[in-house]
Amino acid sequence: MEPLIQITHEPLDREALVASITHSGIGGIVVFEGVVRDNARGKQVRYLEYDVYPEMAIQQIRAIITEAEKRWGVDRVAVAHRIGRLEIGETSVVVVVATPHRAEAFDACRYIIDTLKTTVPIWKKEVATNGEEWVEG
Amino acid sequence: MKIHMRYFASFREITGQNEEILTVYEGTSVAEVRSLLLTHYPRLQTIMERSACAVNHGYVPADTTLHEGDEVVFIPPVGGGTLPSQEYPLWSH
Repeated sequence: MEPLIQITHEPLDREALVASITHSGIGGIVVFEGVVRDNARGKQVRYLEYDVYPEMAIQQIRAIITEAEKRWGVDRVAVAHRIGRLEIGETSVVVVVATPHRAEAFDACRYIIDTLKTTVPIWKKEVATNGEEWVEG
Repeated sequence: MKIHMRYFASFREITGQNEEILTVYEGTSVAEVRSLLLTHYPRLQTIMERSACAVNHGYVPADTTLHEGDEVVFIPPVGGGTLPSQEYPLWSH
């Protein structure tokens, strides 16, 4: 089944993402949710701004999911990333992986979020109390 | 020939625009566009050294030859400062 890939300015809906990949053949679902933290490297973060190269990001996420399917036989995947301004505590990214058995779901979810963070063209600007900068990761 | 540059994140802020069309010689490489941009926007120097390049939505090496209408984007580090490895299957295209 085609993975669900979403890049949006709107708040992410974890429950809807989980529901979108749930069916009777799966034995486990692992959800990773990334949220905006109020501090980074000793700075007090006020909010974050995410920027994206949308066409390429979607293509790269699709390639990561294809690799996860090959390695772990993942059954269904949903990946959603929010862009624009995000406040402290808001969800920036959700990865949902469903597999027949749990071990593969954990491994595949970890692989997808780790690879996404290092290779998908989505950038984060930290706006802190003492200035702002584009940061890595 | 003409190529289509798009700018994101720090590139957008330094160039002050989302995109521009550049006219370059036939057979121009990614590395040559990199140099050209640095003459237009010297403030890109630091971030450029740490950036990868994508042509038509896929990562490419610097010696890649460009063609009419190509979309070229320099990709500043997105996480952990790791640039995509050429050997890694995800980045072949």
